[in-house]
Parts: sequence; C-alpha cells; structure tokens
Amino acid sequence: MALLTALPILAVFGYVFVPAPEVWQHLRETVLTDYLLNTLWLVLGVGFGVLLLGLPAAWLNSMCEFPGRRLFEWALLLPMAMPAYIIAYTYTGMLDFSGQVQTLLRELTGWGYGDYYFPNVRSLGGAITMLSLVLFPYVYLLARAAFLEQSICVLEVSRTLGSNQWQSFFRVALPLARPAIITGLSLALMETLADFGTVQYFGVSTFTTGIFRTWFGLGDHAAASQLAALLMGFVFVLILLERWSRSRARYHHTSSKYSRIPKFRLRGWTAVAAVLACALPLLLGFVIPVGQLLHWSIKVASKGLDSDFMNLVWHSLMLASLAAVFALLLALILGYGKRLNNDPLVNIASRIAAMGYAIPGTVIAIGVLIPFAWADTQLNHLSKQFFDSNAGLLLSGTLFTLLFAYNVRFLAVSLQTVEAGLGKIKPTLDNAGRSLGLSPLGVLQRLHLPLMKGSLLTAILLVFVDVLKELPATLILRPFNFNTLAVRAYELASDERLADAGLPSLMIVAAGIIPVILLSRSISRSRAGEH
Amino acid sequence: MFKKIALSLLVASIATPVLADGEVNVYSARKEQLIKPLFDKFTEATSIKVNLVTGKDDALLERLKLEGENTPADLLMTADAGRLYRAVEMELTQPVESATLKKDIPENLRDPANQWFGLTSRARPIFYVKDKVKPEELSTYEDLADPKWKGRICVRSSDNIYNQSMLGSMIAVNGAEKAQAWADGLVKNFARPPEGGDRDQIKAAAAGQCDIAISNTYYYGQMLTGEEAEDKAAAEKVAIFWPNQAEGDRGTHINISGAAVTKTAKNKDNAVKLMEFLVNDESQKWYAEANQEYPVKAGIAPSAMLKGWGEFKADSLNLSELGKHNAEAVKIMDKAGWK
Repeated sequence: MALLTALPILAVFGYVFVPAPEVWQHLRETVLTDYLLNTLWLVLGVGFGVLLLGLPAAWLNSMCEFPGRRLFEWALLLPMAMPAYIIAYTYTGMLDFSGQVQTLLRELTGWGYGDYYFPNVRSLGGAITMLSLVLFPYVYLLARAAFLEQSICVLEVSRTLGSNQWQSFFRVALPLARPAIITGLSLALMETLADFGTVQYFGVSTFTTGIFRTWFGLGDHAAASQLAALLMGFVFVLILLERWSRSRARYHHTSSKYSRIPKFRLRGWTAVAAVLACALPLLLGFVIPVGQLLHWSIKVASKGLDSDFMNLVWHSLMLASLAAVFALLLALILGYGKRLNNDPLVNIASRIAAMGYAIPGTVIAIGVLIPFAWADTQLNHLSKQFFDSNAGLLLSGTLFTLLFAYNVRFLAVSLQTVEAGLGKIKPTLDNAGRSLGLSPLGVLQRLHLPLMKGSLLTAILLVFVDVLKELPATLILRPFNFNTLAVRAYELASDERLADAGLPSLMIVAAGIIPVILLSRSISRSRAGEH
Repeated sequence: MFKKIALSLLVASIATPVLADGEVNVYSARKEQLIKPLFDKFTEATSIKVNLVTGKDDALLERLKLEGENTPADLLMTADAGRLYRAVEMELTQPVESATLKKDIPENLRDPANQWFGLTSRARPIFYVKDKVKPEELSTYEDLADPKWKGRICVRSSDNIYNQSMLGSMIAVNGAEKAQAWADGLVKNFARPPEGGDRDQIKAAAAGQCDIAISNTYYYGQMLTGEEAEDKAAAEKVAIFWPNQAEGDRGTHINISGAAVTKTAKNKDNAVKLMEFLVNDESQKWYAEANQEYPVKAGIAPSAMLKGWGEFKADSLNLSELGKHNAEAVKIMDKAGWK
C-alpha cells in the first residue's frame, strides 16, 4: 500500500542517475545559488511567520476568555480556505505600484516613481508574507487541538507547584503540545516548498520554479529530477527534525481524567492585546482579500453565474470529499501498520509516500502518469493478444488517476495528523484493551477512535480543503470536459483577467468555509469530558 | 460503502475514454474561454462532439508523450509556435494534407512539413508612454539594449514563453553571440526586476515606473475594451510602436496560436475538419473580435481596434525557428541575469 503510494515519487527519481553535466554546469554558473538561498529564506521566513501568527492565537483561544473569542475560535481557520496563489493575486492588485493603494498615495502627495519607499509585494518578503498568512492555520489548528486534548490535571499540578500562567505554558503545555506544533509547522513548510503559483507570480526563483524551468524550458528531465532530489533533501531534513524532536521525549497522558478547562479571563490591555493577536491574522489572511474578491465578483457577476459554474462547484466538492476519505483510510492503515508491527520496509515506504506533500503538484502528476500510462500500454498489449481489440486508456485520464495523485500529494497531511493522534495514546491502553479480549480492530473502534476523533476530523478537513485548492496536478491529470473551480480561477488569472477570476476564487473559499466551521466546532467538543 | 464508491469509480473510469465516431478529443493549452465558443459552433454545424482538456502546454505535451500510442487526444492546441515545434520534436504529431489549410494559412505561419498550423496571430511590439517618449526615439528591438534606455524598460520574467520565443527569433536572425550581448544590454536597462504579466508591464509604464513596455497586442486590446476602468486608463497612456519596420529590416516579432494532429489520432478526419473550421471566415472574425487577435487568413479584416493601430510589417521568419532556439534562449536569459 505504502509502496504503491511511493511509486510516483520513485518514478520521477528514475531520472536521478542520468548524468547531465552541461546543464548542471550552466545551472551552477547562473541560477543555482539563487534557487538555494531563496528557498532557504522562504522556508525560514514562513516557519517564523506561521509560529508567530498561529501559536499565540491557539493558546489564547484554548486557555483564555476575552471579547470575541467565540468568533475567533473558528474564524482563525478561515485563511486556510484561501489558496496562496489567489491571496497573492489580490494583494498584488491592491499594493503594487499601479495598484489602488499606491496610486492613492501618489495622488495625495504628488510623489512620482522613486520619490518614496513602498515595500514591493512581488518579492521574497511578499511571498513569505502571503504564504504565512494562509498557512498559519495549520499551526493554529493542530496546536489548539493539542492544547484542548491536554489533561488539565498536568496544568493544575504545575500551578500548584508554584508556576504562574506563563511558566506552566512554557514548561508544561508547550512541550506536551510540541509534536502537534511541529507537525503543523512541517505541514506549512512542506506546502511552502511545493508552492509554485505564488513564487512564480512574484518572480522569486526557488527550487520549485527551477524544476519547472529545467524540465520544460531547458527540456532536461535528468537535471530537473536531480533538482527535485535536492528539494527532497530539504524535506528530509525537515522530517528528521520532526522525528528527532519527538524521539527525545515521549509524552503520553498521565491521566485520562479530564475536567473543564477553566478559561482564564483577560481584562484591560491584555484583552486588547489578545484581540489584536487574533484579529490581525484574520483580517490580513481572510477579510481583506475576500473583500477584494467580492469587489471583483460584483463587477462581473452578471456573466459568471450559470449552470456551467454550478457544475464546477459540484466537481470540486465531489473530488475533495472523495480524496479526503481515501487519504484518511490510507493514513489509518499505514499509521496502524506502524503501531502494530514496526516493519522497516513499511516505515521507509510510508516516509517516502509522505514526502509527497512537499513535492510540487506537477512533478507528482508526471510521476503518476509514468506508471499508469505504462500499465495502460501493457493492458492494451494483453487485450490485443487475447481479444484483438484496443481498449484505449483505462487508467490515465480518468478520475481514478486524479484521486490517486491527490493521495500521493496529501497523504502526509492525514498521516501526520493520525500519527500525532495515535502518538498521544499510551501503548499500555492498547495492551489493556487486548487483554480484555478486544481484537486490534476492536481496539481501534472502541478505544482509539473516540480518543482520536479530533485528530481524524482534522485530517479529513485538511485534505478536503487542500484538494479544493489544488491546481497543478488537477490541471494535468483531469479527464475530458472536467473542470474545477481552481482550474477556472487559474485560467482566468493567468490570462490576466483578475476581476473575472474573482468569482471562482470566492467560491473556492466559500466551499472551504463550511467544513472549516463544522470542524472547528467538533474539535472544541471532542475534548473528552466536554459535551 | 467505500468499496462501492471505489468500484463505481473504476467502472466510470473504464467508461470514460470515448472513441466513438462523431467525436474529436482536444488537448488545449489555449484557455477554454478562448476556444469553447467556437467548438460549440463547430458541433452545431457538423454534429461532431468536441471533448476538451485544457492545461499548461508543457504539461500537456508530457501527458501526450506518456500516454503514448493509446492517447485519446486527436488534436493539440497551443498558444505559441515554439511549443508546436517541440511537439514535432517529441514525435507526437503527424503531417496533415489539407488544401484548405494550405490555401488559407500563410506559409511562415505553418510547419514546412505540415505538422502544425497557425490559427491566429499576435504581435509583440514596443509600447511607449506617450508623454515621455517620442516615437522617433524608437527604432528596433536591438536598439532597446542601448544605454540611453537605462532604467526605463519593463518586461516580464524570462520564464514566459513569449519572451523566450522573441529571443529565439533574434538568435535565428542575429546569431547566439549577438543575442547574448543584446540580452545583457537589455537587462541593464530594466527599470525593475521582471514581475507580473504582460498587462502589468503596461500598467507599470502608465503609472510612471518605466517609459517602455514589451507586451503582446491582444493584452493591450483587451485592456482597452475590457470592463476594468483602471486597465483602460493605463492602456490609454501608452501607444504602440512597431519595431524593425525600416526598408530591408525583418519586421515586428509575431507568434501564433495553433494546432497539430496527434500521431495516433483515432479521429483524424474530425480533427482536420475542426482545424479547417477554425480558419473559416466566421471563426477568424470571431477571434479578431472576441480576443483582439489578428486573423491568419488573408482577406479577413481585423477588428476595428486592431485596424486603428495601423498596418505593420510582420517578421516573416518561419515560426519553427522559435522552437529550434528555445533552450538556447533560456540559457542566454539565465546568463544575462534576466529573472
């Protein structure tokens, strides 16, 4: 199972051992340093950004009470529904030199080009900002789920031992939640590494744009897949970091007794600070861009909404739901395989498969096409021999291929979430369950599922929203006459018709909002002991 | 439940590839909104159903290659000649003998071996800010590398195929060495690092960031006719200059959107019919009006707006050359530091 999922990634790396010295020399002499440095800064910047935006908000929302908290609790997930390339379009439309903001500024002051300093949106800093704004919910979501699942007793003990709020946060809650936080962080960073739309739009040369340029512009598959291998090196380091941080300390709950978390009421300036810490990311990552999209949609609404458009909505929702269920099942199988018997081969295969999240969608799509098309050709040979007829393509160019690609791309999301959930359950609990006569499946059903409900729902939601937003693989692998909202938004935007792209973009966001809200509620409720 | 879904998906997936008569399957790098209306008309006229997948040109070529002899695709459409050339190189196409296509499409806008055919054309001229640049200061593409333009030129990233093809045409005419020197000089004259699309270059020029922008004609046309007031205002601040018009010079760089029949097309006749339909008078007029592109067919008048921009001499280089020099162009841009 894991091997099958790892297959596309291995297929692309089939080229790795093909030497491509001239191209490499060319790359080294010209652009390679750029790729490296930009990618490095991007990862560091986004890593810092998502923690800065996500962690305080998660803690405040789990442990404190302040004005508007009930709203922020779920609203802070909303930026997740916003595809990074779309937030990049909207902010560029507003902030670049010929955009509304700077034009107004020039009109008010009479300045011309070069008379004043204004940060350039289309830059590395801009890309870091955009990606942080839409990716911080990963950290927020997982950290908050972890804070909520923590046994309050631990916190209470630390308080009775004389720690104040801050100390118990840093010494107890944070270390306990660390696996979840690191998972959120590594998801955000993998998404960053795989991002193509934003960095390309901003003209930042990273590994991802470099892979494209080399594969297509220079027509050199070998060098391109070697670049991809380098990118994988980055990812591998990320994954190792995560493992290492987990292996140094294993935390399981000491007690399964839960009590309601007494929310700490904030007043005065602390309340103001808390509101700001939650409101800013929400405004910048969601409210403002949605406002701009609405503004664009209203401009062109007359011709946008028709039955064709409803078809797009339906296609998008159907794909996202199917993919989310698939990915969860696969993650459960792999997660369990690992828990029950630690087979190194399964481990390696599922590690490779989980890397898919950091690989650009286009690379995955090609990786999926290679084995599928090969299988098709073989099947055709067989059918020719036996029935003397050509069956055409049975696999490639079908929805099945597309779903398979989504699984390769997003398995990491569900797998990490499931593993983080499983990791928090003491193995002794399994043993107890087994000794009471439960089968392994029974343990899953009776013990783990109730305990992991929050994590599983998180996994489903993350994949659902990710698939809604996914573009490159969908673009390459989709069947005839089959479009999604993301495809439509991209087609219009890349034709430089930003205003027309507003409506499908808005629909992607809208379709993502409902599950986000539902989920946020169920996570709040999933805390054992709270009903 | 899950098994049911998987099963029905499998059944559905087996049932999808359609190879019945009366159909044609198209892989198109042209956006759906630029071709679908014509496909609908084609279906109306011939009752041949058109199945469509759109995507990025390179990705579609890759899909075509991997699907090999079993690909359902009959026709490949792209928005650039360089990519059609690449499809021929990759042995994904087949020659087509069609008197109609030969008659209606000028020789330099189709493949010498009839592997591909241009269906619409567009130019990539120079746009200048009316109150900053006098047209007599402008002359050729080559001249844009002159230090007098230092810090005054806006052009988009070298990732863009239109720029790659433009440089490819210069390699074909002037040789790689001169093209490299030109690219080095041009990069020194950039007003800012390349960013955004073709429209953005015109907008930046209008907003005062640069005095000259390089862009495709139909973007300019769409800005003038579109619903965006800001785009329109920006486009009105610039004017077109057709470079390289002097006696004996090659003319302004043009490119095409075009099509090729795939090597293993199951519906070859229908694919050829569709191509022929796309060069008939009515379709050529529609392109001109709806997308501000130039018709390829002689005798079809461009839209009123395109007429207003005046006549110009187009580069008569056979567009296969753009594809031939593509990889070289990318390398030259890398060396020049053209982002």
